[in-house]
Amino acid sequence: MKNFASLYTQLDQTTKTNAKVSALAQYFEQSNQEDQLWTVAILSHRRPKRTVNSTLLRTWAAEMADIPSWLFEESYHVVGDLSEAIALTLPRPQVENSHSLTYWIEYIMSLDKLEEAEKKERIFAAWQSMDYTERLVFNKLITGGFRIGVSQKLMVRALSQYTGIDENILAHRLMGNWTPTETSFKSLILTKDPLEDISKPYPFYLAYALENEPENLGAPAEWLAERKWDGIRGQLIVRKEELFVWSRGEELVTDKFPEYHPLAKLLPDGTVIDGEILPYKEGRPLTFNDLQTRIGRKNVTKSILKKAPVIMMAYDLLEWQGEDIRHYPFQERRRRLEQMVANHDTKGLLLLSETLDFHSWADLVVERENSREHHSEGLMLKRKDSPYQAGRKKGDWWKWKIDPLTIDAVMIYAQRGHGRRANLFTDFTFAVWDGDALVPFAKAYSGLTDKEFREITSWVRRNTRERFGPVHSVEPTFVFEIAFEGIRASSRHKSGVALRFPRISRWRKDKPLREANTLEDLKEMLSAL
Amino acid sequence: MALLEFNDKGIYCPPADVYIDPWKPVERALITHGHADHSRWGNKHYLCTESAKPVIRYRLGDVQIQTVRFGEQLSHNGVKFSFHPAGHILGSAQIRVEYEGEVWVVSGDYKLEEDGLSEPFEPVPCHTFITESTFGLPVYRWQEQTKVFEEINDWWRKNKAGRKVSLLTAYALGKAQRLMRGLDESIGPIFTHGAIENTNQVMRRQGVKLPKAKKVSGKFKKEDYIGGMVIAPPSAINAPWIRKFKPLSIGIASGWMTLRGARRRRAADRGFVLSDHADWNGLNEAITATGAERIIVTHGYTNIFTRWLREERGLDAVEAQTEFEGELSEDNETEE
Ligand SMILES: [Zn+2]
Repeated sequence: MKNFASLYTQLDQTTKTNAKVSALAQYFEQSNQEDQLWTVAILSHRRPKRTVNSTLLRTWAAEMADIPSWLFEESYHVVGDLSEAIALTLPRPQVENSHSLTYWIEYIMSLDKLEEAEKKERIFAAWQSMDYTERLVFNKLITGGFRIGVSQKLMVRALSQYTGIDENILAHRLMGNWTPTETSFKSLILTKDPLEDISKPYPFYLAYALENEPENLGAPAEWLAERKWDGIRGQLIVRKEELFVWSRGEELVTDKFPEYHPLAKLLPDGTVIDGEILPYKEGRPLTFNDLQTRIGRKNVTKSILKKAPVIMMAYDLLEWQGEDIRHYPFQERRRRLEQMVANHDTKGLLLLSETLDFHSWADLVVERENSREHHSEGLMLKRKDSPYQAGRKKGDWWKWKIDPLTIDAVMIYAQRGHGRRANLFTDFTFAVWDGDALVPFAKAYSGLTDKEFREITSWVRRNTRERFGPVHSVEPTFVFEIAFEGIRASSRHKSGVALRFPRISRWRKDKPLREANTLEDLKEMLSAL
Repeated sequence: MALLEFNDKGIYCPPADVYIDPWKPVERALITHGHADHSRWGNKHYLCTESAKPVIRYRLGDVQIQTVRFGEQLSHNGVKFSFHPAGHILGSAQIRVEYEGEVWVVSGDYKLEEDGLSEPFEPVPCHTFITESTFGLPVYRWQEQTKVFEEINDWWRKNKAGRKVSLLTAYALGKAQRLMRGLDESIGPIFTHGAIENTNQVMRRQGVKLPKAKKVSGKFKKEDYIGGMVIAPPSAINAPWIRKFKPLSIGIASGWMTLRGARRRRAADRGFVLSDHADWNGLNEAITATGAERIIVTHGYTNIFTRWLREERGLDAVEAQTEFEGELSEDNETEE
């Protein structure tokens, strides 16, 4: 574990990609295959099953630190990360340990069937033998949430440096449903043609946001344009009459979308489609929010299926008649996709994402402005001769999103941030005028500079009217421009509306309080969409 | 009537008609220490310790400053005042106020660990103790400073080996000098940002021994900085000023660096946990040592720390609103 803990420290101490990759490669060099495989698993979001819930961990940490649980909770709120809060609060260790990462993971897994009292005893024993970083890592192994600024992509790069195997091949080998308990480093990563796993998806090709005017892309005739649908990017695989659906996070989500299951018989074997998992009803897309609510549920009930059914909006064909055709020009892949949709009755489950007819970039500007009417987020531009690449790459594919909606609002509550911004006020509630009253309608945090955060923090401290726990109500004084992606009616909110992705776009120091927008303005936006 | 009360101008002592660390201009101000949130512009008369005076003079310019020795007793309208070391920065004091047998202590900012630069903290028995709570949460617990300096020097050595410049930020008054004294001068040359050099000069004239340092200026070439250590105020990280040190590694020395998130937010390569404020244990220990039964908690995690004192330690603790900002303001400090 010391090895892994020190890797953790090193990764945490640098923001530089190269330094992270080389620290990781060096770690692979120095650890045994069991630990290597677990490290790969952890950094690709494959964690051991959770055996202790966080409520218990919190209670036990407070007990071991000899502080009341409310004080631990306050500390946790400030730190923002449970594993870190625990590691910072526990008394200094009494003994040392020299066990491996795998030892501790197995230790955690073995807690599963134990009685609570026994679990507690083992967790205490573990904590007592660990220093700060080991505890932090140990806690993270229990709770999940391993965010240390190493994407799966970086991990694969380091693994490639260590093994000498090409990154794309490794990315492919690492996909799918595997756990370190059922495979080995050798068979999963080092074996040339690993287990025949028909569920394996291809790495997604992701587009960058268009930075300049489309004119810079060259001749319009070299490009295809389609709408950017507002669902979850997905990959639909039919092999050996089995269906698999993967989300962009490389998560197997087949069970979350039973609607798709008939496609196993309706599509030919050896088909892999890249598309959008889109909530869709009565011939039009629903909002992203409908999908999100559905995904959050543990069980897919009949009423959910009725309320927010999904279809697959197909963008691209990656495998055709069992053959990987990602190297074909997009236009060719697209032609085969069109044929496939035309020749197979998919009962409306598979729709083709239409390409837009355009002759000049100016035509597309108009189409883009219509995006909201089509319930889409903007446009996608794809070069006709582009291969299907792996990961986020510049050049051939661009997303050209619509500008966000904005509204000027008054800040009325402020809340201390946690973690990254523990000593600042960073979470704010905003209101619009309704006659002489201010009605809260959105919470937003990101968007100010550090300097502005400090300024507002200092101001909030001086102008707090009342406190409700961590929330301070302040004298309405400042106007902020709030940007957001969408708006919908909501009976759960006092204002009657709910915004999608609200964030602060700027501090309107120039704007007098009275000139902030009104509830009526918001409702108008609602009806305009 | 309370011996000290918190009004819109500062901490006021009605029988003596004086303020302690006022945040709005007043006639008579007793100053705990020279940080900007405790020693502000615009007062008519200032009273501080002898060793705090040079910096306050340097910052506030031509104002009326009287000094007092640590432990010396002054009387004003029958109220006795004396200043006692707070261990926060050079010259920082806790101010003891006694009237008709009742004793209050205003501690300003303080820390218990001796840093070799500030006069060591001295517990002052009292009935009412006014304490900061900048790091009043159990997650803030400092390591011994020798360990932190080892980490800093190791980091410096590693950067030097990689032909990088090390840039360490610290506020100009107190922390910067404390850091400089902890550096291993055998590793390489030390450079200082102008703002820090100015404070250094004030302190050197006062007889404080600081390691040799060169002020960053146009007369040095890029190569001269390689392997060196640059001490700069926190605001310098965001200025184009740092470009001349590239390739460089940025470190921040502050109590806030306890939290990984705080370090990431500042885009630093390394965070070193070093503070001139008391940690959780320090605050609790200091309070115990005063024997006070009534505690007034000011700037920091005020409400949490107050609740802790009241519910878990059985003390008569209350919160008070001030405009002190502790390490937050000290971190933002840039010398004009
Ligand atoms: Zn201070």
